[in-house]
Amino acid sequence: MAPPDLDRSEPRVVLSARGLRRDFAGFVAVRNVDLDVRHGNIHALIGPNGAGKTTVFNLLTKFLAPTSGRIELLGHDITRTPPARVARMGLVRSFQISATFPHLSVLDNVRVALQRPAGLGIQFWRSLAALDRLTPRAMELLRSVGLDDAANRPAGDLSYGRKRVLEIATTLALDPKVLLLDEPMAGMGHEDVATVSAIIRSVASDRAILMVEHNLTVVADLCDWITVMQRGEVLAAGDYATVSRDERVKVAYMGTADD
Amino acid sequence: MADLSLRETSAKPSARLEWALVGLGILALLAAPFFVYPIFLMKMLCFALFACAFNLLLGYTGLLSFGHATFFGGAAYFTAHAVKVWGWPPEAGVLLGMAGAALLGLVMGFFAIRRQGIYFAMITLALSQMFFFFCVQAPFTQGEDGIQGVPRGMLFGILDLNAPMNMYYFVLVAVLVGVFAIWRIVNSPFGMILRSIRENESRAISLGYSVASYKLGAFVMSAALAGLAGSLKAIVFQFATLTDVTWQMSGEVILMTLLGGIGTMVGPIIGASLVVGLENTLATSGFPVTIATGLIFMVCVLVFRRGIVGEVYARVIGRAGTG
Repeated sequence: MAPPDLDRSEPRVVLSARGLRRDFAGFVAVRNVDLDVRHGNIHALIGPNGAGKTTVFNLLTKFLAPTSGRIELLGHDITRTPPARVARMGLVRSFQISATFPHLSVLDNVRVALQRPAGLGIQFWRSLAALDRLTPRAMELLRSVGLDDAANRPAGDLSYGRKRVLEIATTLALDPKVLLLDEPMAGMGHEDVATVSAIIRSVASDRAILMVEHNLTVVADLCDWITVMQRGEVLAAGDYATVSRDERVKVAYMGTADD
Repeated sequence: MADLSLRETSAKPSARLEWALVGLGILALLAAPFFVYPIFLMKMLCFALFACAFNLLLGYTGLLSFGHATFFGGAAYFTAHAVKVWGWPPEAGVLLGMAGAALLGLVMGFFAIRRQGIYFAMITLALSQMFFFFCVQAPFTQGEDGIQGVPRGMLFGILDLNAPMNMYYFVLVAVLVGVFAIWRIVNSPFGMILRSIRENESRAISLGYSVASYKLGAFVMSAALAGLAGSLKAIVFQFATLTDVTWQMSGEVILMTLLGGIGTMVGPIIGASLVVGLENTLATSGFPVTIATGLIFMVCVLVFRRGIVGEVYARVIGRAGTG
């Protein structure tokens, strides 16, 4: 068990978990997970299939309640906080299955995210024109990820890769302090991977990012810190060089990977 | 209810044409009582509003309620009681009916929104059955007899609603206001969030929306507007009976909405008009109405799942896309 990286005098910890555990009807999916995500860092969560990465993700974003353990976001205990509230506090996630609003336009997908912070969530008596003032910011976000040309198309018509990009743009609309990306590159072609990598890198400077990712080239290239999971537990943690030298990691995971 | 949700129909072939059609429709409704029996028209209008209110929930929020008779029939009882027993003027009675329906919606919604899909439908059904038995037992509903002989009274103290034309135009205005309110809700910032919840609930949560509150809000609004329809019906027909709180009534509004096309503004109006028209026609022929509506429902589900208006939209948009 690798100790949590407490000794680093680096950027502050924005999201931390201690002793995280989750049982599913007798099966322990995640046990004793400690994790620290730091401001300005891109942190990867890797491990073989079934290692519990997505469960950890769901626990951190409160889509699942932990059986035991404690989660802190920006110094606040969020162990029992509902997911929508956590999102409002600045911890925003993406999903493994691309999560867009398929029948809404690309522009509206981003505007929906902007509505709540702008206080335009519950106005049932106003016309949609009230949302026009969100359009410039939404277009700016779309331009920053190269989707402005598709603003008026239904999100469902976008290619797979561009849907993921839209999802990131939508997430960024909330200006999250901590961004959790669940396999952002899954199922993408080479070009899209490069695009998304560039986007992730560019948005990481003033926030923390935790991502589950299988593509080790991407992880090596992008991530400052890596937590390796196996069978629901943390196997090792450190930067790519440290982790990739770890014997247990080699045996459990990297030894079998050709990347 | 993802399998029931439709392609967004706000991608209109021509907004100007639509407004022209809406104008024509209103003109036709203004002229209609000179050609058609007003009571029949008013029944149609009440059910059209009922179906539109139901569609606010099913079509635009993705929640299938199987208990909307509670709001429709409950409001009818409240209004009938207030007008007949307390001697309230009709407009106050209607407002009370709406408020009562909203309150019932708040209670039912509070329990139902915790579950999704079929469980949501089952909870609404169970609660509406409870309300049905309450109405059977409660003294103020007069049990099997219902509240009969409700006076129509004077609207705002000046307009005698016993004159059929006065009654008709009051109902028409109230229904138009109700439908406009639904249109406004659907096409509002709030409605946008409802759609996003219908499209992808988890994503809406992850964007920080307290989805339960939004659903409850939509549920209460839908209940209040269904209540408006029920209250108007009580004034028009001058009675409130158990028929309007039965589960069959909840089923009927589902049929109307599906037949016309969920997730469209006009669909539920067309669907309600067809069903009410059919029932009126068959009522004199002796052919069992339930068999006819059952058959229509089957054909609708098998052949045109998008509903009449939904299919028309799909065809028009499809043609615009290819041509």
